[in-house]
This record gives sequence, C-alpha cells and structure tokens, in this order.
Amino acid sequence: MIKIENLVKAFGPKRAVDDISFSVERGEVLGFLGPNGAGKSTTMRMITGFMPPSAGKITVGGFDVAESPIEAKRLIGYLPENAASYPDMTVEGFLKFAAELRGLGGAAKKKAVRRVIDLCFLDSVLRQSIDTLSKGYKHRTCLAQALIHDPQVLIMDEPTDGLDPNQKHEVRNLIRELGANKAIIFSTHILEEVDAACSRAIIIDRGKIVANGTPEELRNMSELAGAVTLQARGASAERLATLGRVEKINGAFRIYPRDKSQVGQLAQEVVELVNLHGWKVEGMYSERGELDEVFRRITLPDTVRK
Amino acid sequence: MKAIWTITKRELVAYFTSPVAYVFLVIFLLLTGFFTFTAGNFFERGEASLAAFFGWHPWLYLVLVPAVGMRVWAEERRSGTIELLLTMPVATWQAIVAKFLASWIFLAVALVLTFPAVITVNILGEPDNGIIFAGYLGSFFLAGAYLAITCMTSAMTRNQVVAFIVSVVICLFFILAGFNPVTDLLSRWANPAVVDTVAAFSVVTHFDGFQRGVIDTRDLIFFLSLIGFTLFATGVIIRGHRAG
Repeated sequence: MIKIENLVKAFGPKRAVDDISFSVERGEVLGFLGPNGAGKSTTMRMITGFMPPSAGKITVGGFDVAESPIEAKRLIGYLPENAASYPDMTVEGFLKFAAELRGLGGAAKKKAVRRVIDLCFLDSVLRQSIDTLSKGYKHRTCLAQALIHDPQVLIMDEPTDGLDPNQKHEVRNLIRELGANKAIIFSTHILEEVDAACSRAIIIDRGKIVANGTPEELRNMSELAGAVTLQARGASAERLATLGRVEKINGAFRIYPRDKSQVGQLAQEVVELVNLHGWKVEGMYSERGELDEVFRRITLPDTVRK
Repeated sequence: MKAIWTITKRELVAYFTSPVAYVFLVIFLLLTGFFTFTAGNFFERGEASLAAFFGWHPWLYLVLVPAVGMRVWAEERRSGTIELLLTMPVATWQAIVAKFLASWIFLAVALVLTFPAVITVNILGEPDNGIIFAGYLGSFFLAGAYLAITCMTSAMTRNQVVAFIVSVVICLFFILAGFNPVTDLLSRWANPAVVDTVAAFSVVTHFDGFQRGVIDTRDLIFFLSLIGFTLFATGVIIRGHRAG
C-alpha cells in the first residue's frame, strides 16, 4: 500500500531524512521509532503530502504522492502531531467538516460521523467546542477525523502522546483492530507500544533507518541478551575473558556470551569462576535483551557510545 | 468547487461564532458613521451623495481589513491545523481561495450593514443611486485588495500581530502612491510619467473612479489582478514553508 524509495528531505545543509526506503502492506501495523528529531514526523509529513520530498519517491495505493497528491490523499487518514484541530468548532461540527472535505454528503456523511463517534467514544462531548475538551478527548476527536472516510492507509504521529494509561490502552487496541485490513504507520517513542500494537517496527536515527524487523527480531539484536554483569572485589578481567568478551563498566565487569547457545550457562560459569578464585561478590545480574536497550544502543550518538 | 465551499463555510462559521466578529462589526459601523457625519461633514456639504462616506474607506480599511485577515493563515500555522487542512484531498490553491472568500464575504456583510447611510441620504434628498452602487462595488473591491495583501502577510508568519503590522505597511504604500500630498511632492523632482506610473499603483487612484460612479474595466482589472497576484504569492509562500 505504501512504498517509499530513497526518500530524502533536506532543510538547508541538514538532512532530516536521509535516503530511507521501506514499504507497508495492508494488514501491517508499522511502528516508527526514533529519538526526538530523528525524522519521524518529517517522513510522515512527506507521506501525507504535506511536505514535498527533496528526493525520492512515495507511492500510496499506486498513486505517486508528488504527481497525483489528491488521489493519494483520498486514501490516507492522518493524525498530525499534537492532534491539531480547530478549537472554535464543536466535535460534531469538526467531524462533519472533515467528512465534507472527504467528499461525503447526505446520508453517507451522517453514517460516517456516527461510526467514528462510536469508534472513538465521543458521544458525551458531541456539542462541546474542541477547546473545552481534555487532552484525551481532543486526541480522540482528531483520531476520529482521520478515520472518518474509513481510509485504507492510516498515518498517526504519536497517537498516544499525552494520554493516560487507560486511554493509551484503548488507542493501542484500536490500532491493532484497525490494522487487520489497513496499512498503518504510527510513530512513538514508547517502546512497550511496539509489543502492544505493531507487527513490525522501524527504528530511525538522524534520518537513517538503523533497524527494521518484527519486535522479536529487534529484541534479538540486543547484544546484551544473556550477558552477565559482575561486581566483585579481586575479580580480574583476564580470568573472566576465558568465558567470553569482557567489558569494564564503573569497576564492574560485563561478560558477553560468545554465542547465543551459551546464554543459559553463562551465569553458572561466572559463579563457578568466582568460587574458584574466592572473589568477594558485591553484585551480579543477568542482563535481558530488551527493546529499549536495542533502541538506546543504536540511536545514541557515537560520542556517548563506549 | 465543493471543497472550496466547505472550507469557506467553516471559516464563516468560525467568524460568527467568535465575539471578535461582532466587536469588529460594531467598531466598523461606529467609525463609518463618525467619519461620514462628523469628520466628513455630511450635512454641511449640502449634496445628496455618499462622497463623505466612501472617501474615508481607503483609510478606514487600512486598519480594519488587516484586523480581519491577519489570522487567516497565521493562526493555522500557529496551531498546526494547516497540516490537517493541507493533507485533506484539497489543493493548496483551493484552500487559499476558500479562506480569502470567507473573509471577503465577512467584509461584504460589514459593508451591507452600512445601509442606513443609503436610506438617510435618500430621505434627505434625491441622490444618484447608481453612483452609490458603484461606490459600494469599488469599496468591496478595495477591501478585497487589502484582504488579499493581508492573506499574503498572514502566510508569512505564525504571529498575527506581525501579519497585521506588515499588511498595514504594505496597504499604506498602496494608498500613499496615489495620495495627493505624496504625488505633489513627487512631481517636484520626478517627471510626470514617473508620477503617473507610481500613482497608477495606488488603490486610491482606482477607487476614485468608482466614487464618481464610473465602473471602469481598467479599475476592475487593477483590483482583480492585485488580488490574483497576492493570492498567488500566498500559495508560493505556503509552498515555500513546506519545502523547507
């Protein structure tokens, strides 16, 4: 449904998006991860036709966004960052406005508005003006706007930003349900959302894709998976090196498994070594491969990375 | 076409749901009344015309039209709704025209509400209502020209105050280019062709014809091309922001 080829966006000398390519098919929910300023929003703005790319090609449902923007935009529902909406309008008025702009009229408009009101639980605030709504309702109003024409492609920029845990949960469930027959891209920097809602995730950093895979695949990228950190008086790096690669961190040693098959036994081997030499253990923990560790490791600037 | 009307309708509703619109209408009507009857010496003139009324419009609009139009794009940019609007299946030019039309209609409503002036002059004497109609038409186009300039400056910034000030300055230039004290000053050292060229850019020069009851196609073309050009520039500016 969405195909992105060698997309580049330059703001002056700075390349906000630097030669990225990926595609999303119907039935996929793609999580778009990355630190602030990595180029997530810029990429989404280009897909939705708000910003023209500096180079590269985007096709949505077979329509080139640069050449036939109107046709491409028809297929897309978009939830912009911060869920921008007209504060002076009522929820109902705003949804009707969105429906009309999407070319819906008469009974079809009524039906579409009704559908998204039910989908996003907006019944209680229909006649309220948007600037009197709480952040959660504002967000859902804007989400309803994005869903009004039952789009084949849904692009959401931080759909759970600023919501309380219950609302986050609702939105994630909604995304997962909708994902069954739509192509969805949503950005976030909350990693648990990747597990909760995505079928695939892309990590983007300084404009480049640094990882692309299912949540499971990403987790396996963690080199920390199975590593053991040991803090002990008398311990020597040379002795520990017989078990695997050793790294010194603030007076502690971190031993990485040589290969993934060693993972289960490494801790036991470290304990044996400690007993053998009579080191005084002050702390010891097994590291688990976690998404946020993968995220941090591949998105930290080189200067911070050890 | 339908998209344009949808956006225009939304903008109009937005105008009339905010109290600012009514405050504007009241101020506009008070000021036109004051300028016509007090500053314009309507009664002392002893003629059945609305010359005292229309003569002030270029100056009155100088402040009031930018006040109406300053939010048009600046507010969309500040609140981020521009992203919502321009990712709808709507062309940028359609959004620009729609928003311009809405504000223009609002100004037309303000202008129509000055009808008591027409009634007054018809009660007191027997004016040429054709001249009055031409005056209204000219005033409407004059407001449209100022408004298009304001739309352009509004697209330049996300700060409404900046948009207001810049559009007042630009509109002032379009008045002064044909304002008698300025053209007199200019004619002292420039040759008449230059003075005429500069004066030809003035809205005052082109508004004069309407006030005298002459609907000249050249004047209409002037106002329409000024509107067309500034709205085109608005499109270029908006595209420029998005292109980075």
